This record gives sequence, structure tokens and C-alpha cells, in this order.
Amino acid sequence: MEATPVKDFTWRVGGPQGGGIETAATLFAQALARGGWWVSARREYHSNIMGRHSYLDVRAARRPTRAFFERVDMLAALDAETLVRHVGEVRSGGVLIYDPDAARLPLSKLAMLDAAAYRRIARELGGGDPPVQQAVERFRQAGVRLLPLALEPLAREAGEAAGADAITARKTINTVAVAASLALLDYPLEYLQSALAAHFEGKPRVAELNVRVAAEVYSRVAPLEEGPRLEPIGEAGGRVYLNGSHASAMGKVAAGLGFMSYYPITPATDEPFYLEAHPESGVVVVQVEDELAAVNMAIGASMAGARAALTTSGPGFALMTEALGFAGLTETPLVISLYQRGGPSTGLPTRTEQGDLRFALGAGHGDYPRAVLASAGVAESFDDAALALNVSQRFQLPVIHLTDKYLASTTRTVEPFDVDSVEPEPGVVAEAPEGVFPRFSLAAEGGVSPRIPVGTPGAGYWITSDEHDEVGHITEDPELREAMMEKRAAKLRALADWLGPERMYRVYNPQAGTLVVGWGSTEGVALEAMEGLELGYVQVRFLLPFPDLSGLLAGKRLVVLEYNQSGQFARLLTQETARKPDHLIVKYNGRPMTIEEVRAAFAAVLAGEAPERMVLRSGV
Amino acid sequence: MDLKLADYKSDLTPDWCPGCGDYGILSALQTALYRLGIEPSRAVLVSGIGCSAKTVHYASTYGIHTLHGRGLPVAQGVKLANPELTVVAMAGDGDGMGIGAGHFVGVGRRNIDMLYLIFNNEVYGMTKGQASPTLELGAQPKSLARPNIQSKVNPLMLAFAAGFTFIARGYAYDVKNLARLIQAGIEHRGLAMIDILQPCPTYNNLHTREWFAPRVYDVNAEGYDPVVPAEMDDEERAGRMGRFTVKATEWGERIPTGVFWQAQLPTFEERLGGFLPGYPGVAPATRPAGGEAGRVRALLRGHRVAE
Repeated sequence: MEATPVKDFTWRVGGPQGGGIETAATLFAQALARGGWWVSARREYHSNIMGRHSYLDVRAARRPTRAFFERVDMLAALDAETLVRHVGEVRSGGVLIYDPDAARLPLSKLAMLDAAAYRRIARELGGGDPPVQQAVERFRQAGVRLLPLALEPLAREAGEAAGADAITARKTINTVAVAASLALLDYPLEYLQSALAAHFEGKPRVAELNVRVAAEVYSRVAPLEEGPRLEPIGEAGGRVYLNGSHASAMGKVAAGLGFMSYYPITPATDEPFYLEAHPESGVVVVQVEDELAAVNMAIGASMAGARAALTTSGPGFALMTEALGFAGLTETPLVISLYQRGGPSTGLPTRTEQGDLRFALGAGHGDYPRAVLASAGVAESFDDAALALNVSQRFQLPVIHLTDKYLASTTRTVEPFDVDSVEPEPGVVAEAPEGVFPRFSLAAEGGVSPRIPVGTPGAGYWITSDEHDEVGHITEDPELREAMMEKRAAKLRALADWLGPERMYRVYNPQAGTLVVGWGSTEGVALEAMEGLELGYVQVRFLLPFPDLSGLLAGKRLVVLEYNQSGQFARLLTQETARKPDHLIVKYNGRPMTIEEVRAAFAAVLAGEAPERMVLRSGV
Repeated sequence: MDLKLADYKSDLTPDWCPGCGDYGILSALQTALYRLGIEPSRAVLVSGIGCSAKTVHYASTYGIHTLHGRGLPVAQGVKLANPELTVVAMAGDGDGMGIGAGHFVGVGRRNIDMLYLIFNNEVYGMTKGQASPTLELGAQPKSLARPNIQSKVNPLMLAFAAGFTFIARGYAYDVKNLARLIQAGIEHRGLAMIDILQPCPTYNNLHTREWFAPRVYDVNAEGYDPVVPAEMDDEERAGRMGRFTVKATEWGERIPTGVFWQAQLPTFEERLGGFLPGYPGVAPATRPAGGEAGRVRALLRGHRVAE
């Protein structure tokens, strides 16, 4: 029987953290990407090195996508905990691959299941200490096709057939999971083998073993009779596969980044760690003793003329706020990419949130101009990071580039970035200065005084964290104080003019009567969720300076969509436009918004059935 | 151009108290830079917050007066961005040994080629004489309500533990020797620290000029050789460390000044140069413009789906 061609397919793999499921997801994604599919992978994990439940979704589609579904098409459960945690998350007609032996365990034997999850799952499965088999039964009742396939014995057998000893053979379980899944989907083996060869490049023996194991699994696992079947749909061409951290790093390099200091923090460290591993980026990366050192070292490098940036997350940013004001007062270019995670305090270190908007807007004591912009997606992170660096150079101020855990750990295929579209902004530079230089000259267009770096031969000036005169000496003079405050404040107006509305926000379907307004990583899920609905969408890219949206929003019903409990952006919107949104849709359980739940909320708004505030709750 | 000592002085008049040790330190620093023939525009002085921090405004070099405790990281950023510059960081004892002590340990591990001066007067002068981390247990300068109930930290011992490769102590009123020490500290290839004892005539009525004068002596003039060979056997190393410890902790009737430890270790700049193409010759602040697109293309190549 010929199955209808699959347009969009999501594969989920779940298992213990540190067990290699990330490798499995990469292999699955790379095999499909090599066959011309647009792929994306998102990762959910605990703050733990090894053992706690972790899973990844790989979505493959015939067109570029921007978000993920709640219900997947195939779930490969590498352990019993995956079975009980993901009940209800495979769509009817989808496939569950699981180990029938694992399903025989009682729930209480799952050592890594925390108490809250145990109680909730036990209740959902009928109370008492239910066997995991109960969960499998729920999948069946939901119309999911069960595929009992013990992956561990298969890995052992396939590995040994490929000539490995028992221990080495077991290590191929991730390859086995991917190979079994792709064999069931009738996807050609050679794409997986090519992905394996690339993944294990530099380890020829491991590569060879995994290639042979994959072939062995294909010989043992027949395609699903009733489909679905995945086929190659074209060529990968020049596409690249990367995450938001990579894109953000590359955007900065494109705008001339020379220096980055960092203190390790989840989920912000992937970016400096990546640059550190790639000296061809030309960036001096220094791991330092704390966040205070990180931000102040970057400020020092910037004062000396390097383009400097750093990355951090909420707790680290909290420690950097004094120095942020230092950069503001001393008019030092600086970019901080703030990877938001669940707060407050340590909060949810490995989960996503947009809870730092108000903090970014107001961090630090005293009044000083800063720019705040937020990235919507992986590809946008490149442009935003580049623009952030250029804005900091052009206007000599700190720029906070808001991103989040979801973007940091979401990997997708994209067309290679248009690197020639980015020019490092030279800034306003003084020519051939001599002697004492008025670094903070009040003759400053748009508040920007011509600048020379510290160490420029033949000249000299001072920089102080005190209020200062034009050459940088301390002053407490009331008139000079006012003049300097006004000079710095003028930058925000000049920046808004320089950016223009087209770089501050973008609009989709503006003629609709109801507009959803969002910022940061809500754009992707909103756009996919609103397909076919009578809705428009406004993505606010610059939060400070805030774009003039008054004309655009006039007469519209407004919906705000964001990832925090209190509606931080909704309040900002009211503050900036005097418009109170009619509906606020929020999510703060740390999990990314799914297309289904956002679409349901939008549909409720359009049907006039939505309350003023809606909370989205999906996710494991 | 012939440089004169006056070329290192700014037009600003210091607003320190009469008799403050800072005057001597400023003068010694300007003298050392002059003797070394370092162009004022190629030197960057970096300070924290407090009386000591104002020093940078009185020199005609580039001066960066940062936040409380943060002079060291800013100074390191300047140096790593442009390794051609002479960078001198300075801090008071509260600034450097209290709020900024974490950076003291951090920089020690890097051996960046720069000099760090600690202005050590045992009190927080600017905030009216509170006990600093270098004030002895039980001491009660006049502005303290009761004797100090915290023990003091020894900058020399901490510098040793942190890995500084040049460790010295000076005395603010012995400008001649202090200038010599600062000169040696700048010339040292690697990270140098000079703990500078200085009276605070306003708030420290215990350790005054009169108290210090008969006590301080030049340890090197008495034959102490600070130079540590690159290769040592365990016994020699133990001997050197023991000798260092004895001198670094000598405090009372006699207080040694001079260079206590001078070792050779690859600088951080050299370590970075081990894998960063062209560094430190080519550095973020000194490299020619351009080449950004090529760098991004090089990164993108590693992400291509199809080889």
C-alpha cells in the first residue's frame, strides 16, 4: 500500500542524561538533512551531569520551520522513565519504540523519577504503584502503534555481528535507536552512514563500527507496513546545521569581535566555549574567576579598542549590573548576550523563560542609556548579535542582547548567513589626536563624542566611574553634571533614528483585526500557530529604544504572548503605547511553547472564548 | 622626543591629605616610567575606588579609574586587547585585598605581563577610617569603636599562593627605593606585585611615619637574593619557599622591603599565542581592519551539512 508522502515529521528520543541521546538526535537530524529535509532539534534536560531524564525532538519538514509540536510522530524510549513521562505526547497513529522488559518495572523502581513526578504519574496511571506497562497501555489507547523493540539486546547483537566486544557493542545503542527508527521509516541507509562518518570523523574505528552496526540493524528491522515512509527530497546544498549560540557567536565575529571573557553558566557558556575551540574566529577568549571579572575585563578590552562582548544568564547578569553602569557612564561599547533561563535566583537553570526583560531594561543604579534587543530565532541571532555589536560601537553604550535557553539549545538547518551583509561599524573616531584629548567632548552629535582607544600614541585622557569633565577628570560641578547627563541621554533618540522602524520591529498580516504582539523566541511558534487564522503578528525586536507602534496598534484587539508569569512585556507595551492588551498568554513552566497550545489559545481569542489571562502548560 | 619627568605629570593638583603616602607612590611611579623611557601615551594606569584610585588622574598617561575592587580585571582587559601597552594596576588595601581579592587570586594564575601596586595603609580612608583587611587583629586606630576583631591578610603570602612571579614590598616614604622597585616590576616579564606600606596621617595613628622609619629595611641590601631559578630540585625549592616565608611574615621591630620572589614562567600572552594565530603580535586592538567575513566563513564551514 502506498502511503501519502510525509511533509512534516517529528521524532523524539528520550533517555538518561549523559547516555548519548544528544548524539542520537544529531545523527537522526543529519541523516535527514543530507536528504534535503529542513531539520531542527530541541533539547530538554535537567541540571544534572548524568542519569536524569532528558529528551530531544527532531523535526524534519519539506520547508523551513520555526517551532515544535506537542505531539510527535515517533517516540524512541531508551528507558522506562521516558515511557511514563511522555504519555499522551505521541499523536494517534504515531509509533512508540520501547523495550518490553523495561515496561515490566513498577513505577517505584525508576530511581531518577523525582517525588513530584512520581506522585503525578502514579495518579494519572490509576494510583498505587502502577507498572510502567500501564503507561504503554495508555499509548495504545490513544491510538499509538506499539513497537516492542529491545534496543539494548539489539545493540549487543548488532555490535557483536559487526565484530565488537560486548561492552563496545552496547555503546552503539544510540546508533541502533536511530538506525532502527530510520529503517522503520524506510529511509535510505546511506544517509545515516554518511552522518555517522561525519560525526565520528577523526575516530575511524568507531565510525566503521557504527556504520556496520547501522547496516546490521537495517538488515533486521523491516519498514513499517502502513508507513509513514520518509524519502530523500533533495540536496542539502550549502545549508548549515547550528544552534542559537553558534549563530550569536558568528554574528559577533562578523561585526569584528576581538575579545570575550566569561564565567561558566548554563545556558550561556556554549557561545564562548565554541569561540574558544575555534581560534580561527580571531577572538581572545578568557575564562575568568567570576562574573565581575568577566564584565570588567571586557570593558577594559573595549576601552583599549577591541570589540568586546560577553555572554551570561540571569544570576551572572545580576553580578554584572554595577559594571553595566560603569560602561554606561564611561560610554564604553559593550555587548552582553543575556541567555535567559527560568528565574528568580538559581530558578530553573536548564529551562527556558523570558523573565529578565524588566531586569535588562532597568539593571544598574542611576540613569544611563543602553540598548536592549531580543532575538527571535537561530538565524536571527546572527543578525542581532552583529547589530548589537555595531550599535555598541556606533553609540558607545552597553547593549543587552536578549536570547534564551530555548534558542541556545535549538539546532536547525539554515541557509548560510550572508556574511557580506555585515560591516563592522567603525564608530565615530577622532583623526590624529595630539595631547590631552577631550574623550567626552560635549560637542557631540547625538551624544556621541569622537573616540580614540586608550593607548593611542601621542594623546591621552582619563576615564573614571565618577561623573567627569570632557577629558575624564572627576567633577561634581552641577552644570557639567547636567550637561554630561543630557549628552549621554541624547544617544537613545539618535539610536532610534539611526535604526529606523524597519530594524526595530516587524509585522506579519497587519490588516487583521487582532494583532498578537511578542518579542524574542515567541515569534517562531506564534507564526506557525497562526497559519490560516485571521491574526496578525508584531515582533518587537528593540525593547529599548522602543519603536513607535501607536499607528500600527490603533483600533486593533491586542494579544501579548510571552514566557513569564507576570506579563513583563505586556506592561512595557502599556507603558510605551498606553494600550493595555486585551489578552495575555503566558508560559512559565520552563518548557517551550508548542504549536498546538498556542494555536488553541489564538483560536479561543478569535472565538471570543478566551479569558484575559491564559497560562500555557504543556511540556515534560 | 626627549622626555622629561614633568611630562608624566598631569595639570591636576592632588587632593590627598597633607602627609599622605600617596604622594610618594605617585612620584615613584612617574620616576620609574620616566627612567624606563615609556611614552606617557603608551602607558595605562588603572585603579579601583578610594584615595589611591585618584592617582591615575595625576599622571599624564592614560588613566582608568574603575569600580571598587575591579581595577585588576579592567587592567587585564586593556593588556590582553593591546599587549604593546605598559599597564600598571593599583588598588588600596580594601580595594585590592577586600572587595577585589578574588581578582588578586585570578590574575595570579595568569601571569599577565603587568604590574599591580597595593597602597597599604591598613584603613579605609575615603570612608573615614574603617579597618581594612591588612589591619592587625587587636589593633585600634583612632576611628575604630573597638579593637579590630578580624585577622589581617598578608599580601605577599597571598601573592605567593596565587602564583605572582614578582613579589615585592616598598615603603611610600622611601621614594628612591620605591621607584627602583616599580621600575623592576615593570621590567619583569610576567605579573608583578608591590605591597606598598604607607601611613595614613588622618586615620591610622598607629602605623605612622615615625613608627615605620626605624623599622623598614632593604632586605636585598642585606643579601637576600629573590631570583628563583627556572629549574630547582625539591630541596632547593623548599629552602627558597622557607626563606621567602620567613621574610614575608617578618613584622614588628624590623619590617623588610625589597624584592622577595622573582620567578620565570610563560606569560598569559605567550600561552594564548600558543594557539591564537599571531598573538600577541596581532591582538584585538592592534590587528588591521577587515577579514571578518573570512573568519565567519571559516566557522560556517564546520557546520555544513554536506561536505
